[in-house]
Amino acid sequence: MAEAPFGLLAELTHRCPLRCGYCSNPLELVRRRDELDTGQWFSVFDQARALGVLQVHLSGGEPLGRKDLPELVGHAAGLGCYVNLVTSGLGLTEERLADLVSRGVDHVQLSVQDADRAGADRIAGVRAHDHKLVAADLVTAIGVPLTVNVVLHRRNLDNVAGLIALAERMGAQRLELANTQYYGWALRNRAALLPTAEQLAAANPVVAAAQDRLRGTMEIVYVIADYHEAHPKPCMHGWGARQLTVAPDGKVLPCPAATVIADLEVDNVRDKALADIWHDSRSFNAYRGTDWMRDPCRGCARREVDFGGCRCQAFQLTEDAANTDPVCSLSPDRGTVDLILAAETRPVVEPALVMRQADR
Amino acid sequence: MTPESVPRIRPGARVSYDQVRESAVVLFPEGVLVLNETAAAVVDLCDGRATIGDITRRLADDFSGVEPRDVVELVERLVARGVVVLDG
Ligand SMILES: C[S@@+](CC[C@H](N)C(=O)[O-])C[C@H]1O[C@@H](n2cnc3c(N)ncnc32)[C@H](O)[C@@H]1O
Ligand code: SF4
Ligand code: SF4
Repeated sequence: MAEAPFGLLAELTHRCPLRCGYCSNPLELVRRRDELDTGQWFSVFDQARALGVLQVHLSGGEPLGRKDLPELVGHAAGLGCYVNLVTSGLGLTEERLADLVSRGVDHVQLSVQDADRAGADRIAGVRAHDHKLVAADLVTAIGVPLTVNVVLHRRNLDNVAGLIALAERMGAQRLELANTQYYGWALRNRAALLPTAEQLAAANPVVAAAQDRLRGTMEIVYVIADYHEAHPKPCMHGWGARQLTVAPDGKVLPCPAATVIADLEVDNVRDKALADIWHDSRSFNAYRGTDWMRDPCRGCARREVDFGGCRCQAFQLTEDAANTDPVCSLSPDRGTVDLILAAETRPVVEPALVMRQADR
Repeated sequence: MTPESVPRIRPGARVSYDQVRESAVVLFPEGVLVLNETAAAVVDLCDGRATIGDITRRLADDFSGVEPRDVVELVERLVARGVVVLDG
């Protein structure tokens, strides 16, 4: 039997006031009327806790868009779970935050788009930046630990020093500098987002120096730009190993991006018990462990380190999720990634960002 | 780290008991740490008052065979995981 999961990513809604061109949400966003209701989420949390989940990440879309967010927080916290609110900060007022914290929010993860207002608002597609400064002040004032998350790409990577300074001013305990992962809207916009090798080479020492300087004050987590690397990023802690995702419509996913794998039979909490899905479903067992691997992963020393890389990326770029992540230099499909880099990091005409379609 | 260092659970981390795993756990933004009995006793004493020296003495009283070296190593691991911070 598989080990119990530790974390649940609860995507409460796909609705969001922002329109980030890098958003990893799927192109086909779940509509409001298809969202799980309050009682269904309570049941998801109950089942998740019974299964072993101790950490609930409330995300989306924008979780503040759910009117029942306070009740959902209270329910998850009441079960003894650590509750992490993952938010754009839009819609966060002093009153709302105080209510959420009194009901059990343990930690807030706030996204920031760029170091300055103009750049940030261009990427978000709406005026968002100033709200984030206010949101950060509210969170630190109430005394809840704050993580700032920045998705990095060609349009903001040169400002990494400014982004670090901004997170310091915001009073963040942690800063995640995460190079864009190309799913959903980010994949759609890849030609507008892929950084150049030179940009990365310039950013890396800046990040490393800041990590040294801020050790003990603000932890900086840097997520690599995998297309430019010789080895893929690990598939979480392994497929179906530590975490599960429940999408707004109740779909239960081994990885937040897994809806892209067209031939993956995805189960729904409306039809099946969460424990059955975790332990026995085809989707969770498809890439669990290492038995499913082919060459070159099968015999590779790194197979327990990166688990063969990302299944979703393997599917998107090679049409078979059981292939080695094509980012890997040992993959027979690495050439595909090199061609993409050559074509898309230096386009002749800079492509416009296709903004995430607002919910209607 | 010296015998005078004072460890404490870092802000945002929380010690809890997991009925499913029947173990003490530390919950923090990045993850979960499942504690064995000795680790749970050490974490319990990381209260921002007791020094490493105090903790070592208390544990030697309660658990036979726990060496000062074991306590120091355990606290070092907790510091490395970002769960415990040291004052002094
Ligand atoms: C999809 S968002 C939903 C929560 C909220 N709307 C926000 O943006 O914080 C969840 C987290 O994923 C990050 N994210 C979004 N798109 C991403 C991408 N393509 N690659 C990596 N991280 C991404 C966001 O910055 C945020 O921290
Ligand atoms: S990444 Fe941007 S568009 Fe996507 S859910 Fe978060 S705030 Fe909304
Ligand atoms: S061959 Fe597979 S396991 Fe080895 S480094 Fe590449 S992706 Fe990882």
